[in-house]
Amino acid sequence: MLDLLSYGATGWGDELLQGAGMTLLVAVLAYLIGLGAGCLTAAAKLSGPLPLRWLAATYTTVVRGVPALLVIWLLFYGGSGLVGWMAGLFGYGGRVELSAFAVGVASVGLVSGAYAAEVIRGAVQAVPKGQLEAARALGMHRLLILRRILAPQALRYALPGLGNVWQMTLKDTTLVSVVSLAELMRQAYVASGTTRQPFLFYLVAALIYLVITTLSETGFRALSRRADRGVRRATA
Amino acid sequence: MDMILSSLPSLASGAWLTLQLVALSLALGLLLSVGVALARLSGSVLLRAPAVAFIFLFRSTPLLVQIFLIFYGAGQFVAVRDSFLWPVLREPYWCAIIALTLNNAAYTGEILRGGIQAVSFGQIEAARALGMHRLLLFRRIVLPQAFRQILPAYGNEMIQMVQATSLASTITLMELTGAARAVASRSFQPVEMFVIAGLFYLAMNFAIAQAVRWGEKRLAHAG
Amino acid sequence: MKSWIAALGLACVTLLGGCGKDDAAKQAAPAAADSVPNPLRVATEGAYPPYNMVDASGNLVGFEIDMMKDICRRMKVECQFVATAWDGMIPALQAGRFDVVVAGMSITEERLQAVDFSDGYTTTPAYLVSANSNPLQKEDYGVPKVDLSNMSPESQAALDKLRGLLKGKVMGVQTATIHANFAEKYLGDVVDLRRYDTQEQLALDMQSGRIEVGLADAVTWNAFLQRPEGRDYSFFGPGFDGGLFGRGQGVALVKGRTALKTALNSAIKEMKADGTMKTMSVQWFGFDTSMP
Repeated sequence: MLDLLSYGATGWGDELLQGAGMTLLVAVLAYLIGLGAGCLTAAAKLSGPLPLRWLAATYTTVVRGVPALLVIWLLFYGGSGLVGWMAGLFGYGGRVELSAFAVGVASVGLVSGAYAAEVIRGAVQAVPKGQLEAARALGMHRLLILRRILAPQALRYALPGLGNVWQMTLKDTTLVSVVSLAELMRQAYVASGTTRQPFLFYLVAALIYLVITTLSETGFRALSRRADRGVRRATA
Repeated sequence: MDMILSSLPSLASGAWLTLQLVALSLALGLLLSVGVALARLSGSVLLRAPAVAFIFLFRSTPLLVQIFLIFYGAGQFVAVRDSFLWPVLREPYWCAIIALTLNNAAYTGEILRGGIQAVSFGQIEAARALGMHRLLLFRRIVLPQAFRQILPAYGNEMIQMVQATSLASTITLMELTGAARAVASRSFQPVEMFVIAGLFYLAMNFAIAQAVRWGEKRLAHAG
Repeated sequence: MKSWIAALGLACVTLLGGCGKDDAAKQAAPAAADSVPNPLRVATEGAYPPYNMVDASGNLVGFEIDMMKDICRRMKVECQFVATAWDGMIPALQAGRFDVVVAGMSITEERLQAVDFSDGYTTTPAYLVSANSNPLQKEDYGVPKVDLSNMSPESQAALDKLRGLLKGKVMGVQTATIHANFAEKYLGDVVDLRRYDTQEQLALDMQSGRIEVGLADAVTWNAFLQRPEGRDYSFFGPGFDGGLFGRGQGVALVKGRTALKTALNSAIKEMKADGTMKTMSVQWFGFDTSMP
């Protein structure tokens, strides 16, 4: 039975590993999009003009309120039309197509961004206002305050939450398998359909996910420790 | 427009199935999570180790893999098919409930553990001094306060649960997402169907959020 | 305070905004409505043996893959295969994600309202399958075949008998197929219908005993029945065709692409005439399923 997992033409080992690579690629790209969208949305929520604030609130409420699977189906069926319409606004009249990969990255990124926005907003709000006022009183430049005062502290507060968003994003990539993107879950699905060994292949897939989530959790913990350096804690 | 109207009955029946899945797996998951949290906090390694492993396994792997392992994986073995479990495991409905319940219990168990740990030890000491029995103490003092503590986090978990039920559509259940897919693929007008399904989900989440807010208020009065 | 946060937002944009949708949205050349595109983007499912499936090296193989490669060779274009989920194919085709669909898709009136089809290339009736030990196997249904567009009294009697016998049984079909449509319309009120994403998952659940009866294309069933796991299962009852089962399987394309349709049809015609279609059919199906 284990030869089914071997590397090469007869085994599924190489397909599973390629799938894991695709999973990581989708997750990382989606997470980056999510961080970007999250930053923007948080900024809009905290200090944007009313229409932008309203838009940001709608985005986070709606996307966090519907299943990621539904977002993927919606973008899979309607994404091309939407992007075509937006391209039309910028004067591009041609046909725009979205591959399963683009749909996967965009929809998981969209979901990731809604959750990241809430984490980032909370972190920014957690930085004491007095510090910003003090920095301003010292005559610090805006960008300098952002770089030296706000960003490092907000990042520290946001890291645990952003770690959770990463785990969620990674798990959400499994849902992209429904649109036949050859990521890990899809490869396990195809392999189990052909070999009729679903238990084996889903178990292997589960183990690979387990390894990825555990490793990345360790990574985020290390980041947190680094961000916490210089912060004194009360010891019990 | 006609098509949207004619699709409403099947979407509504999908929404009803979604509600059943949410309610049942939340109720079962909550019961199980109390056990998980207590085992996790237990002084005995024999209880703590399985609880730690359970929480770790279910929180570190995607729900879709868990559902497929239970549905397709279990069906592969003759031993399972011949066992007393098969009448339950052969039904996609119960497979979904089992996967959702276990997943929910792992997450809620961790939330509940935090809530229990937040109950101040002074209260427990006071209750003990009053001669309260362990079970009574747990039921009357610890659990109610832990629940109040975790209510906001648990509310989020409930909303996550509503969304998680959409994965049941991958194992042939015609819940809201599944129904929307079935209608969409026949009508060739998919976007409208998924938007309507999304509105159903938003309505459910709104109801849950309101219920949690109401619960928070009530518990605050009781305190 | 507010302006600082806005500045943070700005920093975020410069840091992360670069990786927006640029890489996600790939622009296709505006399609000239009336030419044969090169490369031709072909969508298939990859989970419908022996029509189309994925082997252990991850390659698409099957009757339709071979056939389509041959069609492309005859049209002097390059084939670019895309594996896509079955029930999203028609909307995705309409959205322009690919040029044609080759996925054992039957030409039906319902689908013709949304897309266009080439001439049919294969035709196979739908059959019911159950375990050999099932009493349904021993029944006599009177007729070997039920043509839905031409119902004889005997055919009607067979269908009625089937309805009676299937009452309360759990039946599996692949979602959004002609078989699902048939089951919904003719048996929906008597059976407990389960819809699977792929035929392979259906067969898997048939083996596990979760479904008692399955309905699918005869050729697809053969792929399952000829495997060691499939030896405990057999066809039963009459074969079904005509009516909502449509007019054989064809290559689906967007309406109005006349040049592409003409090129496809002449390639298919050539393949039928020089025997290529028959050879491929025998190679993959074990018998000749090609259409005149």
